Amino acid sequence: MRLRYIGRKLGFYLVAAWIAITLNFFLPRLIPGDPVAVIISKQQQTGTVPLGEADQLRRLLGLGSGSLAGQYGQYLNSLAHLRFGLSITVFPTPVIDLVRQAVFWTLILVGIATLLSFALGIALGTVTGWKRGSRLDAIVPATTLLTAVPYFWLALLLVYLFANTWQIFPAQGGFDPALDVGWNGAFISSAIQHSLLPAITLIVASVGGWLLGMRNMMVATLAEDYVVAAEAKGLTPLRVMAKYAARNAVLPSVSGFAVSIGFVVTGQIVMEQVFNYPGVGNLLFAAVQNQDYPLMQGIFLAISFAVLGANLLVDLLYGFIDPRTKEA
Amino acid sequence: MPATVTTQLVEAPAEAAVRGSGVLRTALRSRRLIAGLCIVGFFVLLGVVGPLFFGNPNLVGTVQHAGPSAAHWFGTTDIGQDVFAQTVVGARATLEIGAAAGLIATVVSVVIGIGGGYAGGWVDEALALLSNVALVIPTLPLVIVVAAFVKNTGLLPTVFVIALTSWAASARVLRGQTLSIRNRDYVLASKALGEPVWRIVLVEIMPNELPIIVSQYLFAMIFAILAQAGLAFLGLQSPDLLTWGNTLYFAQNAQALSSGDWWWFAPPGLCIALLGAGLALINFGLDELLNPRLRVYREPRARRAARADGTETGQ
Repeated sequence: MRLRYIGRKLGFYLVAAWIAITLNFFLPRLIPGDPVAVIISKQQQTGTVPLGEADQLRRLLGLGSGSLAGQYGQYLNSLAHLRFGLSITVFPTPVIDLVRQAVFWTLILVGIATLLSFALGIALGTVTGWKRGSRLDAIVPATTLLTAVPYFWLALLLVYLFANTWQIFPAQGGFDPALDVGWNGAFISSAIQHSLLPAITLIVASVGGWLLGMRNMMVATLAEDYVVAAEAKGLTPLRVMAKYAARNAVLPSVSGFAVSIGFVVTGQIVMEQVFNYPGVGNLLFAAVQNQDYPLMQGIFLAISFAVLGANLLVDLLYGFIDPRTKEA
Repeated sequence: MPATVTTQLVEAPAEAAVRGSGVLRTALRSRRLIAGLCIVGFFVLLGVVGPLFFGNPNLVGTVQHAGPSAAHWFGTTDIGQDVFAQTVVGARATLEIGAAAGLIATVVSVVIGIGGGYAGGWVDEALALLSNVALVIPTLPLVIVVAAFVKNTGLLPTVFVIALTSWAASARVLRGQTLSIRNRDYVLASKALGEPVWRIVLVEIMPNELPIIVSQYLFAMIFAILAQAGLAFLGLQSPDLLTWGNTLYFAQNAQALSSGDWWWFAPPGLCIALLGAGLALINFGLDELLNPRLRVYREPRARRAARADGTETGQ
């Protein structure tokens, strides 16, 4: 049973990945004119273009020779060998190297901040749901406002307050540029210091959603007979809240977690622009400004695969925390 | 005293039942719904009437980088534009994009969700797969890449791009609901009576899902406004279009942050947040109306006092 559940999930994400790849194949066809000529002429402005780059580009952009199917095959072949071409923005660095660095920064920041925000939101939602009707309900309108705040605007506000006015946190970048990049204490502490403000932004902007969802599920779950029965048995309120109500109320939040990862990553992309954070969002923006098509494609694929992977992970975990899903 | 307390306790529930019988009454008692409607109504009014009071909000003035004052309520920009005028006029385009993109997204989700759910079979399977895939593929990077490729920054392409990336979640919800409704007795009965498919879908099924559709529309509108602000902030929108997102873009480009012009970037973002919160409040209010389990029963003050009295006298 479990194997079939995992197999079906894997199958679904394979299809999703294939669709993302195929979308990416068709995107360059939207560019007016001959993108390869545009790219090559841009690359020539910054350095010597290696032989065969034009050919490689054509294949990568899905504009290779032959029929559409043939072009698709060439494109897939390029991807399979992780040949994403050379970036225009930082010519002639291969796209794959740039993406790898940026993904590293974003992944750690988004990963840690999202997990913290989720845990915080669930905990607060459990308590506010449990104490429904009390003064804690005042928290609901406040969080509603927070969920509608654009991430990047909150970032602007926090930078203004904490970096410009009070100068508690650094405003720009992911680390102190005077330091050597590497696994040494000074660099890591500088990186952590620089990531605090972006992380706080992410947490503040996304915690409200978790809180509200969890609170509403708690309110609904508390009306269930098994909660009343647990209370009637004389179990401690803490036990009823955590093991009976919250345990069941958290399920929709967990499955919603998967979908929201894409949303958080999206917010992060625009937000990085404010902090000039060396992550995927900043790189994507640079790519857009420089009409760096290969880099854009590389980033889109990287983000898609990261989000799909995270989704798959959550889905598989969900199978463990809610055994009913496996039978369905 | 105890005697009056008892009569109050007996009478009150009956009284509450009578008062709560009308849907409108209940609606008016939902403070969230009222608050949400007030906020959204205010912004709609602002968008409709506001631009009439201001000539050209992009007019360059001589007072630059000025903080809020009586002459310029929200201060001025680096080239002396009035931020208040820009915020008021920006409400219109922002609302238009939100309403239009939300509408298109909702229509698509209704067609795919209800259509697929009712059709069943492989059509349903395929459409469900499509919406699940659209749900997990991150959309903003896709929108950014498309916007950069197409270089089309008018109002309509924006609306369509945002709409086409935000229908999936509600399509999934509607499909689930349709699957549960399509086999109910009254639907089966109208099928047996030979009603045409369009009538069954439009008259028998759709009205039952209207609350969900409305709620999905409100969420789609919030999403569209946020997405548009993000795109504008990245400079992927036509600078001629005056929206709150574009104001933020200009503020960021003119280094409003480092020169300390907080009045420039604070109002547009706050407006987005307020409008979004208003829409969300309407949604929660409707939810409370339709799902009584979420409704938190608030005792009338008089009765709460009476009960406190009762416990004191050992009742």
